Amino acid sequence: MKRTIFNNQLLPWLLLAPQLAITFIFFLWPAGQAIKQSFLREDAFGINTSFVGLDNFTALLDSPEYLNSLQVTAVFAVLVTALSMGLSLLLAIAVDRMIRSTRVYTTLLVWPYAVAPAVAGILWWFIFNPTIGIMPYLLDVIGYDWDHISSKTDAMILVVIASAWKQISYNFLFFVAGLQAIPASMREAAAIDGAGPVRRFFDITLPLLSPTTFFLLVVNIVYAMFDTFGVIDATTEGGPAQATNIMVYKVYFDGFVGQNIGSSAAQSVVLMLLVITLTVIQFRWVEKKVEY
Amino acid sequence: MSRILTASALALIASLSAANAKTDIQWWHAMGGELGAKLEEIVKGFNESQDEYNVIPSYKGTYPETMTAAIAAFRAKQQPAIVQVFEVGTGTMMAAEGAIVPVHQLMQDQGVPFDQDAFLPAVVGYYTDTDGNMLSMPFNSSTPILYYNKDIFEKAGLDPDTPPKTWGEMEEFSRKIIDSGAASCGFTTGWISWIQTENFSAWHNQPIGTEQNGFGGLDAKLTVNGPVQAKHWANLKKWADEGIFKYGGPVGGDNAPPMFYSQDCAMIMNSSASRAGVIANATDFELGYGMLPYYDDVEGAPQNSIIGGATLWVLSGRPDEEYAGAARFFEYLSSPEVQADWHQFSGYLPITQAAYDLGKEQNYYDQNPGSEVALQQITLNAPTENSKGLRFGNYVQIRGIIDEEFEQMLSGSKDAQEALDSVVERGNKLIAEFKAQHQ
Repeated sequence: MKRTIFNNQLLPWLLLAPQLAITFIFFLWPAGQAIKQSFLREDAFGINTSFVGLDNFTALLDSPEYLNSLQVTAVFAVLVTALSMGLSLLLAIAVDRMIRSTRVYTTLLVWPYAVAPAVAGILWWFIFNPTIGIMPYLLDVIGYDWDHISSKTDAMILVVIASAWKQISYNFLFFVAGLQAIPASMREAAAIDGAGPVRRFFDITLPLLSPTTFFLLVVNIVYAMFDTFGVIDATTEGGPAQATNIMVYKVYFDGFVGQNIGSSAAQSVVLMLLVITLTVIQFRWVEKKVEY
Repeated sequence: MSRILTASALALIASLSAANAKTDIQWWHAMGGELGAKLEEIVKGFNESQDEYNVIPSYKGTYPETMTAAIAAFRAKQQPAIVQVFEVGTGTMMAAEGAIVPVHQLMQDQGVPFDQDAFLPAVVGYYTDTDGNMLSMPFNSSTPILYYNKDIFEKAGLDPDTPPKTWGEMEEFSRKIIDSGAASCGFTTGWISWIQTENFSAWHNQPIGTEQNGFGGLDAKLTVNGPVQAKHWANLKKWADEGIFKYGGPVGGDNAPPMFYSQDCAMIMNSSASRAGVIANATDFELGYGMLPYYDDVEGAPQNSIIGGATLWVLSGRPDEEYAGAARFFEYLSSPEVQADWHQFSGYLPITQAAYDLGKEQNYYDQNPGSEVALQQITLNAPTENSKGLRFGNYVQIRGIIDEEFEQMLSGSKDAQEALDSVVERGNKLIAEFKAQHQ
């Protein structure tokens, strides 16, 4: 790569300025505000403010609802990631083998990604609505009484399906690109040596896909933890009885609806720390095991 | 350069407002759809009735969104003069001394005549302080009533003109309906917290909390886990297990109305303000209206139901002339003509006795059966300390807790008493937190 030399000391900073400004205004400043708020107790209108130290954080640890939310988030993130990555890998392999109509399938499969989370939520809300939805009707035929309004398991299934569905397209695109980057000659050679499709997949395709898989793993966990807010809001609103109340939704509900700014800020600080830790772990240790 | 531009822009704005000499008054509200259109029509009537003030209504989304928007605007010193806040936000607004101008004070300061006794006691009681002074302007108040499907009643061999009066009849009628195959479920309900807990308590003259249900001050504690409430929740669980009652979801219960419209459930308890919606959707069957059922073995039942809906709060920190306009606008809003028109259009209660009387004069209630039930129910008896309403801090979140604990009970992980005990325990923590925020 060619290194650019600036004669002017100011110019590089000037070129960087828009990005730095955006980072400051949209990331650093709000994060700083959240940290500040998390040490304060304040009424909704901001008339009475007092410094309470770590009270907001200790209150969280004492709150069974918050601990429940941590657990729900973990379960939810694992399920969404596993489902969306598993399915999209299957679809990608299917498309990869069917060279001629690839383009049509790819286009069809990418559609859901263009749908906004809230719209996707409403869509699934309709499909699974116990009164007017098509799925409960079909499930009833096979003898399953679907009711995500009172059943915690059904509610979790619903938000996992709705969230994973949206992410499948994205994963699919990366997997198809990853698969097509694997030289056909390697698989052919293995086939000649007598390796069956399953053996070829696990010994050749999967290891060579690992950079893609690793990247998607990070993206999907982050997606499940943060971007699924709209889906939750439109389908279950965190219910029933907090069964689908993931951490971001709880931050929104306590802060925006409940006007409990201190607690909400403390929760977002915890979330921030969690993401930092997760990213560090993934890039420090997991990445080492990935072959590029 | 930019300074010159700003200055000239300001000058332009100043000259424009000088030219039409009208003071703009911002009103943020949460009335969408047809209600919003009607609201704008009402505002237009005011703007055309005089040439000093110009009220500008802006739709800000749902109730929580509107309230949050106003609070955020206040913190940024960009607040509107008037904002519509739902009834559970009352505790938050009332405790925000310095952020609001109480309505009684506004009217007095501006010298606009204001007779608090002209308002319906059940409406005004919800929004007064301990000295009986009105803090916000009632605008759209509703109360839950019973809607039922006359066709299903007839098919089940019941008298289609007699809705159930007691919970005993509710159960008995529902069983007949299900056994005869007329419908697959007896009843559903919107708003577990508002209808089956808060209104239920008021209707049976049971306390929801100490300190006159929170009206007395920030020290109040919830006491909604009394034997009458526990018995009712336990019954709802029992009926849910038997299929007599179907749960329609948390908050307003999005899934409850479709169960009634599709004739799966014969009855629904919901806001009087949803009457227009119910009529619009109940095209295949004949509608009946009734009061909320009560347990006839509870002393003092039925007392009176309590309201929901919203009122208009005046925020402080605006120029004086806007307050003069706001006072004039409130006078216009509470006039019998405007109120009767709004009430008859929307299904919300008329807030003044005069508006109610005007409706009677116009024979509105005779021509529209069912439209009077809500009024009769809320004025059935004079409100007691237990039935004038409720006011607790952080109540928006407490309502969420009520929904959750009810769901815990339905799923079988807690019985009714345990669920209500947790409502009290968790709710009291939030109330204590609210108190700490205001010290």
